[in-house]
This record gives sequence, C-alpha cells and structure tokens, in this order.
Amino acid sequence: MIPALPDPMVLASAVSTRDRLALAQALNLLDDRRPAARQCAAAFLDALPVEKLDAGGHLIGITGPPGAGKSSLTAALIQVWRRRGLKVAILAVDPSSPISGGALLGDRLRMHASGADREVFIRSLACRGEFGGLSAEVWPMSLAMLAAFDIVLVETVGVGQKEIDVSKMTDTTCFVAQPASGDSIQFLKAGIMEIPHVIVVNKEDIGMAARKTLSELKTTLGRRTDADGWHAPALSASAALGSGIDALADALDSHRHWLLERGQFAARRQRCQAEWLVKHLREEFGRYGINRLGGENTLFAELASAPRRSPIAAYEDLRSRVIPNIQ
Amino acid sequence: MTTPIKRDKPWLMRTYSGHSSAKASNELYRTNLSKGQTGLSVAFDLPTQTGYDSDHPLARGEVGKVGVPIGHIGDMETLFDQIPLGQMNTSMTINATAAWLLSLYVAAAERQGASPAQLQGTTQNDILKEYLSRGTYIFPPQPSVRLITDIIAYTVKNIPKWNPTNICSYHLQEAGATPTQELAYALSTAIAILDAVRDSGQIGAEGFEQVAGRISFFVNAGIRFIEETCKMRAFGEMWDKLTQERYGVQSEDMRRFRYGVQVNSLGLTEAQPENNVQRIVLEMLGVSLSKKARARAIQLPAWNEALGLPRPWDQQWALRMQQVLVFETDLLEYGDIFDGSPVIAAKVKALVDGATEEMARVQEQGGMVQAIESGYVKRQLVTSHTERMRAIEHGSLKIIGLNCYTETEQSPLTGGVDSGIMKVDPRAEREQIERLNAFRAQRNNAEVKAALANLAETARSGANIMPASILCAHAGVTTGEWSQTLRDIFGEYRAPTGIDIPANDDSRGAKAISIRTEVIKTGEELGRPLRLLIGKPGLDGHSNGAEQIAVKGRDVGFEIVYEGIRLTPEQIAKAALEEGVHLIGLSVLSGSHVEMVEDVFNQLSQAGLKNLPVVIGGIIPESDAKLLKERGISAVYTPKDIDMNGIMVDILNLIRKAHDLQPVTVA
Repeated sequence: MIPALPDPMVLASAVSTRDRLALAQALNLLDDRRPAARQCAAAFLDALPVEKLDAGGHLIGITGPPGAGKSSLTAALIQVWRRRGLKVAILAVDPSSPISGGALLGDRLRMHASGADREVFIRSLACRGEFGGLSAEVWPMSLAMLAAFDIVLVETVGVGQKEIDVSKMTDTTCFVAQPASGDSIQFLKAGIMEIPHVIVVNKEDIGMAARKTLSELKTTLGRRTDADGWHAPALSASAALGSGIDALADALDSHRHWLLERGQFAARRQRCQAEWLVKHLREEFGRYGINRLGGENTLFAELASAPRRSPIAAYEDLRSRVIPNIQ
Repeated sequence: MTTPIKRDKPWLMRTYSGHSSAKASNELYRTNLSKGQTGLSVAFDLPTQTGYDSDHPLARGEVGKVGVPIGHIGDMETLFDQIPLGQMNTSMTINATAAWLLSLYVAAAERQGASPAQLQGTTQNDILKEYLSRGTYIFPPQPSVRLITDIIAYTVKNIPKWNPTNICSYHLQEAGATPTQELAYALSTAIAILDAVRDSGQIGAEGFEQVAGRISFFVNAGIRFIEETCKMRAFGEMWDKLTQERYGVQSEDMRRFRYGVQVNSLGLTEAQPENNVQRIVLEMLGVSLSKKARARAIQLPAWNEALGLPRPWDQQWALRMQQVLVFETDLLEYGDIFDGSPVIAAKVKALVDGATEEMARVQEQGGMVQAIESGYVKRQLVTSHTERMRAIEHGSLKIIGLNCYTETEQSPLTGGVDSGIMKVDPRAEREQIERLNAFRAQRNNAEVKAALANLAETARSGANIMPASILCAHAGVTTGEWSQTLRDIFGEYRAPTGIDIPANDDSRGAKAISIRTEVIKTGEELGRPLRLLIGKPGLDGHSNGAEQIAVKGRDVGFEIVYEGIRLTPEQIAKAALEEGVHLIGLSVLSGSHVEMVEDVFNQLSQAGLKNLPVVIGGIIPESDAKLLKERGISAVYTPKDIDMNGIMVDILNLIRKAHDLQPVTVA
C-alpha cells in the first residue's frame, strides 16, 4: 500500500495543537513529490491558522561556514529557549552526496542536548543538490512548524558567499563566524554577502583569536544598516561554556520586536514567500521563466500585493503561467 | 646430568573475564587461578564502565552482561574475597570511571590489610581512545585528560608498582586501524597524556622519569603476525626515542616499551568458529616471538567470541594455548631471533616512517585531543575499516570459512542451537539491584553526603581526585553517585561519529548504481526519498557495524539519520518520528538485544509508529534471533553477513514489503 494521503483539514488542525505525529506526517507530506500529494499539501498549508503564519512564532535562520559550531550553538540556544518556556522546532539542512544522492543527516547528534524533550522537534533535510545549499522544502516546512512551535530555527551549512541565502526566507538570520577565519569578513566587506541580522563569533573560549575576529567584524559592520534600516549587532559566545547564549537569544528576539514595532513583520513573511517562489522558479526555469512573468522586479511587485495563499498553490499558479497548458 | 636450560620468565597470563555478579566472578577468578592463570583481568559491565548504578534506567538489560557489576565497596570486597590483593596482579579494563574503580580497589585492599604501596596491576585509563572506539567515555576530553593525569600522579607517588594507564592501540585495530595508524595514534595519545602530566605541575622534574617508566600500553595483534612482530619492534624504537627526545628521560629502563596484549577479535569469525583457535595462536606469535618486543602480559579471547559470551571451558582453552607456548615450546630459551634480519629491519623502518608522518599530521592539528574533537582521527579509522570490509566483500582479503572455503561439516562444538556459548542468568540484574538497595539501606548517609560534597569540591578546585574518591569508597558511595557528581561538574560529551567520509570506488561500481536506481525508484513510488534511522540503544559503544551500514546506506542513495552511540529507546522512537524514516536499523553488541528491542517496540508503539519495520545487527545467537523475529523484528544480521550490498537490497525490500510493494531483485 502506497502511503494514503491524509485529510488536509484534519491534519492542519492536529498540527496546530502540536500533535507530534501529525507534524511528522505533515512534514512527510510536504516532502512528497507525487502530484496528488502536492495538491493535498497545498490544501493542508491553506488550512493552517493564518494568524500564526503571518505573525506567529519566530522563524530564525542560522548559517555559517562548516566547523564554525552552528549545531552546538543551536543546542545551547535550545536550552536557553526551553528555560524561557518556548517550544522549539528545528529544520537542519545537511548536504547530500553528489555521487549517490544519499545523505548522512548527522546534526541531531550535535544537538543531542535536547534528549527526550517532547517540546523540541528536529527534522533533518538533505539539500539534495538544489536550491543553493538550501532545500526547496524548507519554506513550506517552516510554515507547518510555525503553526505549532514558538521558535522555528533553520540551520544550513554555509558555503562561501551563498552562506546567507537562508536569510531571505526567515524573519531573522544569525551568521556564525569562525574565529581567526577572515573569509566571512572579506565577503561582508566586498558586499558579496548580504548582512545578516545578528553576527556571532562562536568559541570565545579560545580567547585572543575570537576577540580579534569580533573586533574586525564590528569595524566592518560599522554603522551600516540593512535595507530595512536594521543595524546588525556582533556578539561573541561559547557553545562549549554556555556563555553569551542568553545575550544571543536576546539579540535574535530584539530583531523580531523591531520588525513587529515597525509593522514590518507580516510584510517580511510575505517577502520570504516571494523570495521562495522566485528562487523556485529560477531553479526550475532559469531566467527564461522569470522573464516570462515580466522580470524579477515586476514579479516581486506583483507578489507583494498578491493575496496570501499557500506557497505550493501559488507556485503551481506561476508555473502554469510560465508554461501555458501545464497541468 | 644435563645442565638445566636457562629460560626467560613467562609473561603474565590472564583471561579477560567477569559476569553476572561479584560473587559469580569471584568464583570464576579463583577457578582460573587454580588452573595456572597468573594474573587477573577484570571485565566490568557497561553500567559500571559508564558510571550508572544497576537500577538506573539506562542500565536496564546491561547489568552483568559484558562484565561484572561493581556498584560500591561491598561488591569490590566480594569480587576479591579470598584473593589476597597484596600479592595479586590485577588488570582492570576501566576508563571513564577508572579513578573510581581504582579507589574501590585501594579501599578493598586496605580492608584486607594490604597497603596501597603493595598493590600491583593496571587500570586501562585511556579515555581518549574511548572517543574513537569502544565508546565508554562520559566527560568531554579536557576533564577526561585531567582524570587520567590525576591517576598517574597519585599512583606514581602512592602505588609505585601500579601501571596507571594502559594506552590502547588495541581498540584502534578493532575499529579498523592499520599498523601504522595504531602506532601513530597510540603514541600521539601518549604525548597528549605525558604533556598533560608535565603541565599539571603535580610531578616535579625528578619524578617525571618515574612517570614515563610507568606508562604502559595495551596492544592488539592481528593475523599478519610477521608485520605484527615488526609493529611491536617499531613501538619499542619509537617510544625509546620519544621519551628521550621529547621528555628527556635518561634511564634506558624507564624508556622501555612495556605492553600487554589481547589478540585480535575483529578477525574472529562466526562462520566455522573452530578456525578461530589457530587464528588466536598465530596472533599470539606476533607478540611473543621477538624477545626484544615481547609482551609482559597476554590475554587471549575465546574461540567462540563472535557467537556470544564464552563459557569457563572456552576460557580455559584460551589459557592452555598460552601455557603450551610457554611451557612446551622452546620459545623462552633464546635471545631475540630477529636481530640482524634485513627483512625485519626494513619492515620496521617502513612502519616507523609511516607512523612518524601521521604523528606529525596529528601534531599539526594541535595534538591528539584536537584531532579527536575535530573528528579527524575517527574519520581515518572509519575509512580504514570501510576498506577492510570492502576487501572482505570482494574476496581480496581472504578469511577462511567466511568468504572462501565456506563448505563445512556440522561442527560438534556448536551442534544444537546455542550450545556453544554462555548465557547470563536473567535474574542477575534483579538480584544485583536488590543487593544495591540493601547496601544503600545499611550505610551512613551523612557520611556519604559529606564524602560526595568533598568530591565535588575537589573536582571544582582542580586538586587530585584520588584521595577524595578513596574517601567516597570507604564511605559507601555508589558508582552512580560518584559519576553523577562529576557529570554535574564536568558535563557530558558526544564524540564525532566519523562517518562523514568521502564515498569510495565501490559506490561508483555497477552493483551500487543498480541498487541506487532501485532505491530512488522506490522513493519515487512512495513519494519521497527513502530514509533510514541507524540507532544504537543501550550503553554499548561498539559502533563499527552501525558506522559501516550508515556509510554504505548513503552510498546506495538512502538518507541516513545516525546519532551515534548510547541512545535510549525513547530517543530512538522520537528520532524515528521526527525524521519520518522508512525503517530503523538497531545495532547491539552487548548481549542486551532482547530487552532493547522490547523497549524500542514499546516506545514506537506509544509514538504511533507500530508498523515501522525494524532490523537489528549484532552478536545475536540463533535462538535469540528467532525470538526477536517473533516479536516483530524484520531481519537479524550477525558478523557472518558480510555482503553489504545484499543487506541494502534486503532493507529496500523490507521497506517495499511494509508498503505492499513487490520485492525487487538487483543483478
């Protein structure tokens, strides 16, 4: 028996009450590529409570070069959030093997501190060689998790300047810098890398090298702000010692507050979805597809004022406009 | 009248043993000694090794399985009842909790009237290799190095005939290390430890010669016994040079490479297990033929280790192998028979050169601790082991009875289901818990509390942990209490799994491509890529099998979730749910598979995953395999299943079956 498709309404209501088995099934559904499953997934996303998708929870991206300690920092953050009574879901993206397409999803191991806590939910995702190190499922899965958890954190492996791609699909992005490695600073200086909302130098326990990296980052960031006017703070922390983690959690939260106070929160979520749609289109059809829809600027403008819908339905819609008569 | 021939003194002969309870193990030890064994080698059960009392939830199913449970001074006294510790030479395979077990040993000896200065023996106390193989670590590397250092500093001053640490290359070979890697990583570990002792300031420059002289090694000997002979000579040369050049040890005596051996278990087969007898004997030659590089102590595995726990008769056979070599042959009548051989000298040089290079790579990364933390060393070992498995699968590494000459008569030694191994009495666990409760009821709790507070204070202050631990032992502290106190201060650790290695040539081969195609096709039929959860429940840290399946699974296109060792059944069920896996593969080598499977099924059913297929791999006797299948396990794999591709197809078809799809065949 091929897995039967769930009733999308029932599933959505179970997910929003944080039924763990329902959420697991929902994530499986959002991963399911069969056409009938895509329709079911679209209906499921449409049935999720709108207020949670527009303004609920906090969707955080954490990224940085391999070895910077993203997972151990995530583990430390989970503990802080749990102490604050927040329920946490994690999407951990690992690279796939370019040869076999198989993958080793090892991040749970490094976040093991969560042990048997039922208010922490971790799903690993293989990036499956697509979406520039992200996985196309990240956005729809984030939405399902936002319907049930206070914090949804997306952890991605950073590769050079693409490190920051995740920032376009989250409320707040945290970049973990490796002490004594100048790469990230160079990318920032050259303007190749978009500025994250919070920068943290991990491993402050190693001392001098971490302090030096922090001060260089602070100098580089200077008074620069992002397009919205946010000035990214640079912090240091140590996942090993548990130091600086509370301050990091505070810094992430203050960006959420800042968005809320300025009334930009819902707009940012909508922008995330637009970014996902455009990225997805570009992945499938290249520049040809984007041009068929009037080019990037027109497309973003259109999406900014479009009524909210599930990303899957919206994508199918755009797709059918790129290729007329597509089913 | 002929003049008696002058013979060298025989090495210490031991058998690694212990099971069920202190009382049962004591009887076994006394029997073994009466058979001519000259030292003891204590095997502790996994809760004792990982610092849990027998009634801890994580201890369930593990009490008394792979060794003896020692929960407090009462158990230690029972273990050595009627065995005078002042005269015995005892080796204890204990690592994370070594300081504690040594404290119990010292306290038990004191109660027998022996002084610490009289005691002779060895604590394995090489926690660094536990992160790479075997897996009974508790704390992060830094506090672990501190514990090792404390034991060394304490014994050099107070128990001068004790070998405080046995730096182990043994377990590295079991994890797949080549001779070069064994040399390099064992000596790099020795550097990390000697540097730590030197930098701790606990021993002055004058005492450091003594420290170097007390460092001993625990080595493995494989079937390639000429190369193993050369490896041992290489160890001797390199250690002499290292202690002289890096630490300025003057006395030649203190620079001598001293080591004990357990010969290789990795190469012992479940198929035609009687052949293991000649393997064990040949492996013993590698560490005894060259007088210059001869072992100080040897313990041999039993012929049926790959089948389950050996019985007393099996262990006796292993002891008799040593006795025949020592007493019947003329081995001990000659000087070194390899000196002057250019063939041997060239091989030794090649090993020394290779190991020196690898040691330099480790030092470049900041030393052994850093190379372990980064996962570097573990990846090297997983890579070597993958190569070995591949060579066996391809038949380029011949193993008689396993991948060639497999036709066999029915063996009278294993005739009948399970009549070739020992079974631990299932009541052992319950009885041990009853004794523990009785012990707790009669001790002075105020004294226990004070001793633990003093231990915590000592751990925080950085003072030597031993005196406070010995006080705890006398006060009646339990193994779980001692360990928990330090867990609270030092924290716990999870070591890198090392499975993130590049795919090897096999994954580009035709067979792998055919399997991958089917894996992808089934994934498409089911809607999403196929995912496997590889789980190691319980306290057992033998992770070779799990690692190999994980790497192979990835190479044929599965998405693999592997979280390393020591998971609770609850954590496994939680991961299976959250990750949406299609099948769970469990790996258990400690003999606790029946209990673990029962617990995992209970947890899965509570999580709503009753129908998820589960397979298991490990040292699982036939009758247990039958039982596990009756309870719902879909497949059981044991060491004789070497066809990794076959296992992958099997797993694929189990997933298909769970979804009512027809099985596929892969050419």
